[in-house]
Amino acid sequence: MSGAPGIGDGAAASANASLLNVLLEHGEPATSSGYGEHPPRMGFFTDTSICIGCKACEVACKEWNHVPEDGLNWTGHSHDNTIGLSADTWRHVAFIEQRVPVGEHQPNFQREGEGFRWLMSSDVCKHCTHAACLDVCPTGSLFRTEFGTVVVQQDICNGCGYCVPACPYGVIDKREDDGRVFKCTLCYDRLGAGQEPACAKACPTDSIQFGELTELRERAASRVEQLHEAGVVEARLYGESPDDGVGGDGAFFLLLDEPEVYGLPPDPVVTTRDLPRMWRNVGIAAGALVAGVATAFMGARR
Amino acid sequence: MSPLPSPSDWPLLRQLRGEDRLGRGAAVKSAATQALRPRTAEADRVVKSVCPYCAVGCAQNLYVKDDKVVQIEGDPDAPHSRGRLCPKGSATLQLTTGDSRERHVLYRRPYGTDWERLDLETAMDMVADKFVQARAEGWECESEGKPTRRCMSIAALGGATLDNEENYLIKKFLTAAGVIQIENQARVCHSSTVVGLGTSFGRGASSTLPGDLQNSDLIVLEGSNMAEAHPVAYQWITEAKARGATVIHVDPHYSRTSALADMFVPLRAGTDIAFLGGVINHVISTESDFREYVLAYTNAPTIVGEEFEDVGADGLFSGFDPEKRGYDPKSWQYEDALVAAAAGQRDQEADIAALTGGEDAKGAEQARGMPKLDPTLQHPRCVWQILKRHYAQYTPEMVERVCGVPRDVFAKVCRLFVENSGRERTTAFVHGVGWTQHTIGSQYIRAASILQLLLGNMGRPGGGVMAMRGHASIQGSSDIPTLFDTLPGYIPMPNAHRHEDLDTYIAASSAKRGFWGNMRDYMVSLLKAWWGASATAENDFCFEYLPRLTGSHGTYQTVMEQVKGTVKGYFLFGQNPAVGSANNRMQRLGMSKLDWLVVRDFSLIESATWWKDGPEIESGEMRTEDIATEVFFFPAAAHIEKEGTFTNTQRMLQWHHKGQDPQADQRSDLWFIYHLGKRIRERLAGSTEKRDRPVLDLTWDYPTEGEHAEPSADAVLAEVSGWNAEGKLLSGYTELKSDGSTSCGCWIYSGCYADGVNQTARRKPWREQNWTGSEWAWAWPANRRILYNRASADPDGKPWSERKALVWWDEEKREWTGHDTPDFEADKPPDYRPPEDAEGPAAIAGNTPFIMQADQRGWLFAPAGVADGPMPTHYEPQDSPVPNTVYPERQRNPAREVFQHEENRYHPDPDEPGGQVYPIVVTTYRLTEHFTAGGMSRWTPYLAELQPEFFCEVSPELAVERGLEHAGWATLISARGCVEARVMVTDRMTPLQIEGRTVHQIGMPYHWGPNGYAKGDSMNELSSMSLDPSSHIQEVKALSVEILPGRRPRGAARRELVREYRERAGITAETGMAP
Repeated sequence: MSGAPGIGDGAAASANASLLNVLLEHGEPATSSGYGEHPPRMGFFTDTSICIGCKACEVACKEWNHVPEDGLNWTGHSHDNTIGLSADTWRHVAFIEQRVPVGEHQPNFQREGEGFRWLMSSDVCKHCTHAACLDVCPTGSLFRTEFGTVVVQQDICNGCGYCVPACPYGVIDKREDDGRVFKCTLCYDRLGAGQEPACAKACPTDSIQFGELTELRERAASRVEQLHEAGVVEARLYGESPDDGVGGDGAFFLLLDEPEVYGLPPDPVVTTRDLPRMWRNVGIAAGALVAGVATAFMGARR
Repeated sequence: MSPLPSPSDWPLLRQLRGEDRLGRGAAVKSAATQALRPRTAEADRVVKSVCPYCAVGCAQNLYVKDDKVVQIEGDPDAPHSRGRLCPKGSATLQLTTGDSRERHVLYRRPYGTDWERLDLETAMDMVADKFVQARAEGWECESEGKPTRRCMSIAALGGATLDNEENYLIKKFLTAAGVIQIENQARVCHSSTVVGLGTSFGRGASSTLPGDLQNSDLIVLEGSNMAEAHPVAYQWITEAKARGATVIHVDPHYSRTSALADMFVPLRAGTDIAFLGGVINHVISTESDFREYVLAYTNAPTIVGEEFEDVGADGLFSGFDPEKRGYDPKSWQYEDALVAAAAGQRDQEADIAALTGGEDAKGAEQARGMPKLDPTLQHPRCVWQILKRHYAQYTPEMVERVCGVPRDVFAKVCRLFVENSGRERTTAFVHGVGWTQHTIGSQYIRAASILQLLLGNMGRPGGGVMAMRGHASIQGSSDIPTLFDTLPGYIPMPNAHRHEDLDTYIAASSAKRGFWGNMRDYMVSLLKAWWGASATAENDFCFEYLPRLTGSHGTYQTVMEQVKGTVKGYFLFGQNPAVGSANNRMQRLGMSKLDWLVVRDFSLIESATWWKDGPEIESGEMRTEDIATEVFFFPAAAHIEKEGTFTNTQRMLQWHHKGQDPQADQRSDLWFIYHLGKRIRERLAGSTEKRDRPVLDLTWDYPTEGEHAEPSADAVLAEVSGWNAEGKLLSGYTELKSDGSTSCGCWIYSGCYADGVNQTARRKPWREQNWTGSEWAWAWPANRRILYNRASADPDGKPWSERKALVWWDEEKREWTGHDTPDFEADKPPDYRPPEDAEGPAAIAGNTPFIMQADQRGWLFAPAGVADGPMPTHYEPQDSPVPNTVYPERQRNPAREVFQHEENRYHPDPDEPGGQVYPIVVTTYRLTEHFTAGGMSRWTPYLAELQPEFFCEVSPELAVERGLEHAGWATLISARGCVEARVMVTDRMTPLQIEGRTVHQIGMPYHWGPNGYAKGDSMNELSSMSLDPSSHIQEVKALSVEILPGRRPRGAARRELVREYRERAGITAETGMAP
């Protein structure tokens, strides 16, 4: 798990690792979470190049999980009236209307000599390999499932909210009138019965694909290759690499532009990355203190 | 509450004992988490159903626990939807089990100021009484000396969201009662598709299925916003793209459909005929057509009569009568061969009299023989040459001037068409209401049909014209029509003529050769289904019982009758004309003149509450206390609460089973019409009035079940499918007889209950069959999935190419075979040639695939059936800021239908004084998140929150020009009304250069109205009632407005603003009325 080029701090983070990191066996978080025999790690591959922005994922998620409707707010932000993931939105479709230089991109439409394209992408909790929300949860409400996903147990959550600033993607959120935090569960209940998550099942074009993470990664790599061959050179994967700052996402994406364009952080890093070093420093400092005190005492006796 | 866990189960101990030492996985799993089971797994049963929104007809699974539906998901086995659902389909649980549905009957007494509760039985009795009274008072025995035997005082609207069985009973009962003003959403959505496709190919429905688009090499989406309006069907375009197909979207507005296309071509709204005419011209002038196909399967070689004159400088074909504002089409006929159209205008009695000196049409067609052909295509009057001349002026330069499409872009489109058609490759058209809703809508569809015939794309895999229809059963409500002009199976309603009997009616309306030659079999079997034992050969099978038409009685004509006061009672079955129909104000004005109104819906839609809170109440123009209309609101049962069939956009009938009971007063429409019919029959029992015989003789005794006495939809479907004299269910329409020994409620649906098995309930998974999915449910006709598929083989019966093989002649077995059910007589060899005097199917040669056509050929030129010309011709929309460049002397379709009324004023010609007062072009469309007039989405929170407000989309250039602020408000004004909308400034709207000037376009979704959870003004306050003459569909896809920054005035000032602009434009009663 040494640093890979181009991922900057993320590589350092991986090398440095969170508490959990050292215990990980080949990126199988379920193994290190006490599941002896467990199913393969499951996840999402969201291929935004075929997303039609229909928001079936948003509605299917709300219907299945009884997520409340969260208000009528026309934003004027293209067709996005959801704006972002929140306690009441576990799938969010972003709409990006974009003027692009012709040549670098292959827009299907030119306007006043400039290219134009409309990107759509369904965002979701990334179910990180190194999940900071999980690291900081003091109650054991947030837990790693046998499928390698990260889920809030609503019967345990006490609403402390530590997890909210811990998430490098800004996903997990507190429902104000409830006090507890909510986010995508990757339909943990359905997975247990061998069913796919509601959003992936509904997705009309199969932009959201659910499956074994290793298989999804292979599929994604060949999709990128296919798009590159077709001249869509800007196609790239986001969150698929186990070498990134969160050890790879359980839910990763094929994007057609830089992550920032979609409102995604370019180099997400597990926010608890520095905890071991901090504790080590604390340990050293404490040790030094103890040693100092001991020395002082011993010196005093002498 | 579960008992407390034993200490050994405490997380801390588990953490210390187990492998999850950090306590973030297995060790901290709570008891509740441990016990988690999905309700899909816990359900008692899974019930097979179908999504109630659009016409893709996605199969649904209802998960039922304790007799309540607890979850609704896609059925992964379905070949057409593969388990997927769009946001609307995904919201069906909230739609049906949420709390926005009304549960009780509501009643508004005359002049009443609010709703009152009313007992269901009492309400039913009151409606029955009012029906009987209105019918008696409004009965009309004759009109202008011709017997009509009808009731003009009652009208009905709606049916596209209903089951086929419900539409069947509504049409059956109301027709027997003499009601002719029966209409539904199919009129305002796709009636022009029926005319366009029906006259061109023989059947007025989509020729293919979305699933076959995966086989296309080029897909041209034009007049369709498929990714938004039909997202689940769009998966097949995604498949096609993955297989290397090219996708073009031609549209005034860059939508989510455009975003995924390889090429987006913006054009000016209302100019598609010029665009398609340009492609036709390109194909003909470069001889890029599929010549063998064209010669063998189209009427290109057919000689047209000498009387025909093409459109000249005056923009008129031969036969125009300015007094009647319409054409006498007889000069368009073939030389020495009178043919009847398979759809559209089919009553040719007038033509016949003129042509044959009194002979009937069938006789005339026989006497005048087969059409003459010139296989060299050189005869100056052969269709090929006529077509070539007609489209010669649709040059790339003309396309650029009219549509605003640059020549290089247009050249690329033409090249893609040609490269992707022929033996080895196929191109498909996908269209929706962007093409249909124009004053010349039928001709839009004709233009695409011509192109597909020239390029040889019909009847072949990956080819065809895919009509994307909008409601769950709007295809069904066209087939079993709650429409004024047809009987089930596209049999025309009889017109009022002197001395007309069954024989003269059949002769005047049907072709002699081909399968319409058997119309008498279909008609007699229908009359037997309706009047049973009372229908005998002696009494012409009760043909006399059918009320008669005198012209158009479409929904807009009905509105005019309401305004005049002729219509006393009006039924709305799941349709919301106060939002969805053109010119909302006229709709409300019409309803305010009714004695009584019955609304059946889920929620209190605008059409149910206008008397209380409509815009005219707000402006003070109407006072609730002055409105006499009595209003009954009946809460409707949802699809999960009843069983029956929907017919989807690919002609597929899918049975949906019941998941739970409706609550309180909620009832199915089947229950409503059946029990209303029973009550009315009880009231008329013993009557000696001749007009009551059709009601009393009607077969109206369906088995019922349950505490509400729900009639059996299954029994109704069996009646629709038909049986013989022994009561044996028929296997198909070829078994129908004209002697009265068979009964069949809809001949094209015959066989859907073959062998006593409900074929529509079949659900064989897609993995176990080929892509046509022919063992899933049942499609008309005869379970054929791709129509005219005989054309996928050459005249000798061999596939044009292996790559595009579909059906072929198996010489060894002496039968047609292949991947689909052959759309041809299975044992008729390719070399069969009919004797000269053959009639009906026997007259179909073995090498002619269009078996419903009078000449068995695809019609490049329509000698009959289309009211405004044999070939599509560009005219400007009713309200357009641009002059007609192609025919400068003729601004608009001369044969269009217009209504002169103070509240339905039109805009001036663009070059008249005041012609630029409404200078901006508007086009309208649907959003994925909403459904049509909003009745099934604005009240559904999960959908409402996704698109909460009415908005208009404007280009940055227009925003600058008019001072419009992004996310602010704009006021839009037409001669009919004014509305306000939020402003979306977007690059997706493009100003076009037309004749050296900039033409701006505004895009507007039309889903909103003042009621519901998500509210807004209704786009249709702006639109006018101006119609296509063949189909009577309104023009709402291209109109013109003025736009101003800021919110609209309130109260009386709103009307004042409209009046002010009318004055400024100099609008009078005559404006825009000229033919």
